[in-house]
Amino acid sequence: MNALLEVENLVAGYGQTEILRSVSVAVAEGEIVSLLGSNGAGKTTFNHAVAGTLAPRGGLMRFAGKDRTGAPTTQMVAEGLIQVPEGRRVFPNLSVRENLWLGGYRRGSARRTDNLARVVGIFPRLGERLTQLAGTLSGGEQQMLAIGRGLMAEPRLLILDEPSLGLSPLLVEEMFGLIRGLNAEGLAILLVEQNVVQSLEIAARAYVMENGAIVASGSAAALRDDPALKKAYLGM
Amino acid sequence: MGELGIVVPAVLAGLTTGAIYALVALGLTLIYGVLHIINFAHGSLLMLALYAAFFLKTLWGIDPYAAVFVLGPAFFALGYVLQRGVIWPASHGQDSMILMVTLGLSIVIDNLALALWTSSTRTVDLPYAFAVIDLKLALIPLPRAVAFVAALAAAGLLWLFLARTDLGRAIRAVAKERLGAQLVGIDVRHVYAMCFGLGTACVAVAACLLLPTFYVTPQVGHAFVLVAFTTVVLGGMGSMEGALIGGLVLGVVETLCGLFLGESLGQIGIFAIFILILLFRPTGLFGGKSA
Ligand SMILES: Nc1ncnc2c1ncn2[C@@H]1O[C@H](COP(=O)(O)OP(=O)(O)OP(=O)(O)O)[C@@H](O)[C@H]1O
Ligand SMILES: [Mg+2]
Repeated sequence: MNALLEVENLVAGYGQTEILRSVSVAVAEGEIVSLLGSNGAGKTTFNHAVAGTLAPRGGLMRFAGKDRTGAPTTQMVAEGLIQVPEGRRVFPNLSVRENLWLGGYRRGSARRTDNLARVVGIFPRLGERLTQLAGTLSGGEQQMLAIGRGLMAEPRLLILDEPSLGLSPLLVEEMFGLIRGLNAEGLAILLVEQNVVQSLEIAARAYVMENGAIVASGSAAALRDDPALKKAYLGM
Repeated sequence: MGELGIVVPAVLAGLTTGAIYALVALGLTLIYGVLHIINFAHGSLLMLALYAAFFLKTLWGIDPYAAVFVLGPAFFALGYVLQRGVIWPASHGQDSMILMVTLGLSIVIDNLALALWTSSTRTVDLPYAFAVIDLKLALIPLPRAVAFVAALAAAGLLWLFLARTDLGRAIRAVAKERLGAQLVGIDVRHVYAMCFGLGTACVAVAACLLLPTFYVTPQVGHAFVLVAFTTVVLGGMGSMEGALIGGLVLGVVETLCGLFLGESLGQIGIFAIFILILLFRPTGLFGGKSA
């Protein structure tokens, strides 16, 4: 398979503190890759460094074969690297429709009407609330909106940071079903999740991050059976 | 009828002044609501625009109302460049630094004006300066009526732009959720500069509407900026509707205070409101709502 995202020895941090020490991660076209790790490991920091919202301090990043180290978010979005961030980050003062519409601001703007119809098809609850202010949506609805907004940009790689956080067990099931469905249509996904078991079920490969470094990686099936990981993350 | 006979014209006059206040305050509010900074250079830019309109008239004979279409775009560009070329680079994106930079800018502009144009008061002579419109209940000076209608029209255009265009939506998105905006590919620096440009264009339009009935000195901006701050606070920081209504209210308060307390005390009412609002309703009359 062709590599879509290749990150090598990425270094990043905030102010004086270095968070990511040397992180190498790759995602192939059409692949689901899971990024696991305990709280504060640096997963969100990694996502921001890749999406361009945090400038990397070292290392290399290629997207679709081209060097994109330190590229700004505007460029990464234009090329189809779309992040659905931790904490949803929808526009609370804008309607659901406006939120989705802005999803196609930089990319996919020519097909916004079609894409909106597609997103509403995936999330009928959003379709019933198009004129409602996003800030008044429930947490689960906001998560759908954040994903819907990401899909409006016709992603080539979708980075999902804890999409099931705060969802009811039923909605978590739905969320994993959705991710699997999007992937079945060929979308490459980098998934950061607390639900380790379910993530490893839908992912092809996985990485485990600890203290800003990758400590284990491999096929999801192999990691599922790794005794050390079972102990650390699955409580078994 | 006697009381009404003087109150109605005062209220109408207040509304016309208030529309200008509202336009100046809308510019300040837009910058505050999106960049989260108070632009201390706002009054200085208004002064600069008044001089620009003054010289366009005296040197080239361009009517102040026609100058709207020159100075509006020119000051938009000036604001855009100031934000992107001076304020942003000099402040390294830190809000407290931006305050200092805009304060410094205002001091530089004010002193430059003083050095170039001295402190003398200037006015323009216009054939229609003393024309009036008879509204039956009151006579309205024509330039004030024009200012009222044009200021509201400018506010309406700004509202349409923010509500209906892609960039307008992007501006509202950046105002409340900057990271989310970045992640859909909005260029936040461009949006910041656009807002600064639009805010500056607002004072340029206000200046053109003001010049026929007003004067120019290097200090002229201060009076307006204090009123504009009050308007922004009254309207609820960052609320566009609030700024519009707040400006109109303050214009009326000012003329009524002037009427009953004496001309020179007109602005007392404005600052009394400023203090009262800060004491009892710091979120403003429209607090909570937003651009
Ligand atoms: N803006 C910031 N400034 C300073 N430090 C930060 C900032 N954001 C995150 N950190 C620190 O960086 C480290 C990694 O945080 P990060 O959010 O990347 O972890 P994470 O793996 O996503 O954790 P979680 O599973 O809790 O979301 C933490 O120690 C955190 O406190
Ligand atoms: Mg995180």
